[in-house]
Amino acid sequence: MSVIDYIGKSSLIIIILIFLWSGFVKKVPVFDVFLEGVNKGLKTVLSIIPSLLGLIVAVGVFKASGALDIIVYAFKPISYLVGIPSEILPLAFLRPISGGASLALVAEELSRYGADSYIGRVISTMMGSTETIFYTMTIYLGAVGIKKSRYALPAAIIATIAALFASVWVCKFI
Amino acid sequence: MLNYLWLGLISFGIIIGIINGNIDTVTNATVNSCENAIKFIISITGIMCFWTGIMEIARKSGMISTFSNLLKPVMRFLFPDNVHNEQAMGAVMMNLSANFLGLGNAATPFGIEAMKELQKDNKNKDSLSDSMCMFLVLNTACMQMVPATLIAVRSAVGSENPTGIMLSVWIVSLISLVVGVIAAKFLRKLC
Repeated sequence: MSVIDYIGKSSLIIIILIFLWSGFVKKVPVFDVFLEGVNKGLKTVLSIIPSLLGLIVAVGVFKASGALDIIVYAFKPISYLVGIPSEILPLAFLRPISGGASLALVAEELSRYGADSYIGRVISTMMGSTETIFYTMTIYLGAVGIKKSRYALPAAIIATIAALFASVWVCKFI
Repeated sequence: MLNYLWLGLISFGIIIGIINGNIDTVTNATVNSCENAIKFIISITGIMCFWTGIMEIARKSGMISTFSNLLKPVMRFLFPDNVHNEQAMGAVMMNLSANFLGLGNAATPFGIEAMKELQKDNKNKDSLSDSMCMFLVLNTACMQMVPATLIAVRSAVGSENPTGIMLSVWIVSLISLVVGVIAAKFLRKLC
């Protein structure tokens, strides 16, 4: 494990080195081009600020209101019907909207149920295999100034729901 | 879609806040979130710009186009309309590889680059192209080789086998990926 871990950790810094030298070998004026890129990056950051601000405020209001508890309560009977343990519902609803908040929730739930218990493993698996889709989508749509997201969100939600059911099922065997 | 979601999150939050008697918390959350948003943007600006700088070098040196040829058959299936755009395919590949290696900070600038390149081929500039939708779906179910943060949290709360969830995470990511791709391929016919 430690070898994989080490490769993972060093990959970032090695990638930088490879990129720099591949530029140098191809006679690219590396520092000048780097500065051009940074300039573009600054413009990109500016272009995502509006949508990011909007999203973070909406998620903040939603979390503070206690609405999550109510949604979880409302979905309990359904989760029972489809065979999903109700303990994982809070994460299922929080995960797509906020990465930081769901990590905090995972830490709290893991210490409550035990990280190696069935519930603990389902929660960990869900956290590891899903993404903060609303955040990703907001940033990527904001960066190109697109307003109509067509079927991207429904397809992403379907993939997330599939991960929810798969976590519940796979953790029974592994 | 995002319009309804945004409206829903805020309205539901405010209404439930009023019913719960949490209105002070909700008001404070509104103010604090604005501050947090800007703090967050400042905290990511440095690393984002650094990576776009490095990426510019990679683009000028031809590294990105080299990357795009790595998985051409797969790319042809996923992005049939844009497979000829080497810059776009290269950026997509780099974003997915960065996600796979768990380099979240590097993945975002690659992803934005990919979106910008795909936008150049997009016929209808204010709505997502099929390839963009597919790219977003791939990001949703992105597989990570070592879910490092998660493993750290597990060992922090006293797990005896913090890395024990890796296999199940891989399997579930793969299932979610396949379902997402099928859903995207299917939904594109409907809308």
